[in-house]
Amino acid sequence: MPTSINHLAPPTGGIADNIAGFARALRAAGLPVGPGAVIDAMTALEVIDIGKRADVFTTLESIFVKRHEHALIFAQAFDLFFRPAEEWKSMLDSVPLPDHAKKKPPPASRRVQEAMARPQTHEEPKAQEQDLRLSVSDREVLQKKDFAQMSAAEIAEVARAIAKMRLPQAELKTRRHTTDPRGHRIDMRKTLRQALRTEGEIINFHRLGRLEKPAPIVALLDISGSMSEYTRLFLHFLHAITDARKRVSVFLFGTRLTNVTRALRQRDPDEALASCSANVEDWAGGTRIATSLQTFNKLWARRVLGQGAIVLLISDGLEREADSKLAFEMDRLHRSCRRLIWLNPLLRYSGFEAKAQGIKTMLPHVDEFRPVHNLTSIETLISALSSQLPPHHRSAIRPAA
Amino acid sequence: MSAAALPTSVDAMLELLSSRGYLAERALATVTYLSLRMGRPLFLEGEAGVGKTEIAKVLSAALGRKLIRLQCYEGLDVASAVYEWNSAAQMIAIRLAEAGGDVDRDQLTSDIFADRYLIKRPLLQALEPDVAGAPVLLIDELDRADEAFEAYLLEILSDFQVTIPEFGTVKAPHPPIVIITSNRTREIHDALKRRCLYHWVDYPSAERELAIVKTRLPGISQRLSQQIVRFVQALRDQDFYKSPGVAETLDWATALTELDARSLNAEVVGDTLGALLKYQDDITRMQGDQLQKAIKDATSET
Repeated sequence: MPTSINHLAPPTGGIADNIAGFARALRAAGLPVGPGAVIDAMTALEVIDIGKRADVFTTLESIFVKRHEHALIFAQAFDLFFRPAEEWKSMLDSVPLPDHAKKKPPPASRRVQEAMARPQTHEEPKAQEQDLRLSVSDREVLQKKDFAQMSAAEIAEVARAIAKMRLPQAELKTRRHTTDPRGHRIDMRKTLRQALRTEGEIINFHRLGRLEKPAPIVALLDISGSMSEYTRLFLHFLHAITDARKRVSVFLFGTRLTNVTRALRQRDPDEALASCSANVEDWAGGTRIATSLQTFNKLWARRVLGQGAIVLLISDGLEREADSKLAFEMDRLHRSCRRLIWLNPLLRYSGFEAKAQGIKTMLPHVDEFRPVHNLTSIETLISALSSQLPPHHRSAIRPAA
Repeated sequence: MSAAALPTSVDAMLELLSSRGYLAERALATVTYLSLRMGRPLFLEGEAGVGKTEIAKVLSAALGRKLIRLQCYEGLDVASAVYEWNSAAQMIAIRLAEAGGDVDRDQLTSDIFADRYLIKRPLLQALEPDVAGAPVLLIDELDRADEAFEAYLLEILSDFQVTIPEFGTVKAPHPPIVIITSNRTREIHDALKRRCLYHWVDYPSAERELAIVKTRLPGISQRLSQQIVRFVQALRDQDFYKSPGVAETLDWATALTELDARSLNAEVVGDTLGALLKYQDDITRMQGDQLQKAIKDATSET
């Protein structure tokens, strides 16, 4: 096969240019490829036989791909980039260079535009009026007001309030140790070092105690059409807690499941939410809770629920295909986490009864069932999350006899 | 120098591994070869039981290097992964110095924090020179350790050195051959992966799996081994909570040969399914008609 890299070399450049170009293409396709990787790739190609396409493929893959999810993108990019020489020549004219791919405007630009436009709308007196009106009693109203009934300005206000919320660092004893004057173990190393300063006399024992850290939180947020009035604010809430804590994973689901943890890690909430929605294909569509939970249980549960996680399932539970599959997946989810909290905005109605089949099926498998529709309910949720955690029931998943 | 023993091409690497009974896919041999040549750690990810740990063992045996294994777990800390001071012995030394009369504090400090009071754990052992050449360091199931330990590994893996405050810096004369495995029960930070060559170890193809079974169990009949592999490969296409790995295939094949099975049938498969499937839910799903059909598919056309 005339497909080795040698054949590819454009008249002016060699392998180096090719690799650099390929790295740019990968970067444009969304792979995190740094300059260090390019240098690594050059070094690696020196030690293998670059006449063998498969070896070149594996070599470059081992350097440029660092997550299994990226393998497919890499394979496609490789096929496209390293074509047989003759094909390549004709391709050169037709294919635009990948590094000049259309760039999305940075997410901040809308706000910048709005900021620039503001003086022309002559709304200043109104804005002032509004500021005055948001006195203490208005804040109280806002606390109890349903998210679904809020105006844009109120939503912005609530989003600001949410951004200030901090999850208390619910404490979970780990198996690591740290200096602790009331700890149960003696830190011999520190004690001895101290002793040397006093000619070998031990004056006091330094102690070690268990290091404590917050329990991981995994949020599964329903983004189907019936939830659309709430999703944005919930995402603000999840962004706020993702920012403050290390071990938070967030998944969105409608008809399929999407992991948006990385997107939410971005500092700026608008930027984070924008890249969230860019990742999701089924925004405000239908719901398939059972299928989404199955995907989660199969692909993610073992990865993110490992260390005794608390699961927040945010959904109205309006699922038509409520059957044994939904019950089975809920049961599995329940058994793989420390605590399963179901947050349901439908609970805001005082006369709420679990009539819908989906809700009836899911209810027996949750530890807690709470409303989330206004600021107060989010605040009570936060205090509930910081309360004493029940013991771990992870072992409840039955291994085979 | 033992560097001469290192293979000089991907094909040589394949041969070296298969000489020890490890039938690797070419891609895996390529990254292993690269990791040796470039002196980079090799980061292997994949489902449990696809042979990630095994490759480190095989490599150390084939190259005649020492294998140092660090099994990771939640709560793994520097004292159990890198080094610890032998406090009891140090204490005695201090008392003896005291009893001997004049205590020179500086002298005592350097006496106490000397090599002989240092208890070396796997990572420090791996940095020590060895006559046979740098050892193979296996950091197994890194996903089980917590993030703090991962961050600590960064220093060791990029510079192959450890700093002990009381003692100084220990640097490896020749960097060890490092193999890191992960079952992906949690994501490993990109910073660490960036320092490694990454490879996803997949389940083997049917032909390769058949070859593996025959290599590991030379006595097994052609017919049975074919049926076993076909059955297992079909299981992997299904939606199980935990698909069987190569290790499970070998376990099952061993179980079947121990039971003198000549061919798969409902009874013997039903009795031994626990060697393949490790969750009760999965086993329950694999009963009755489902099982009959799978056996029928596996035993036909033999």
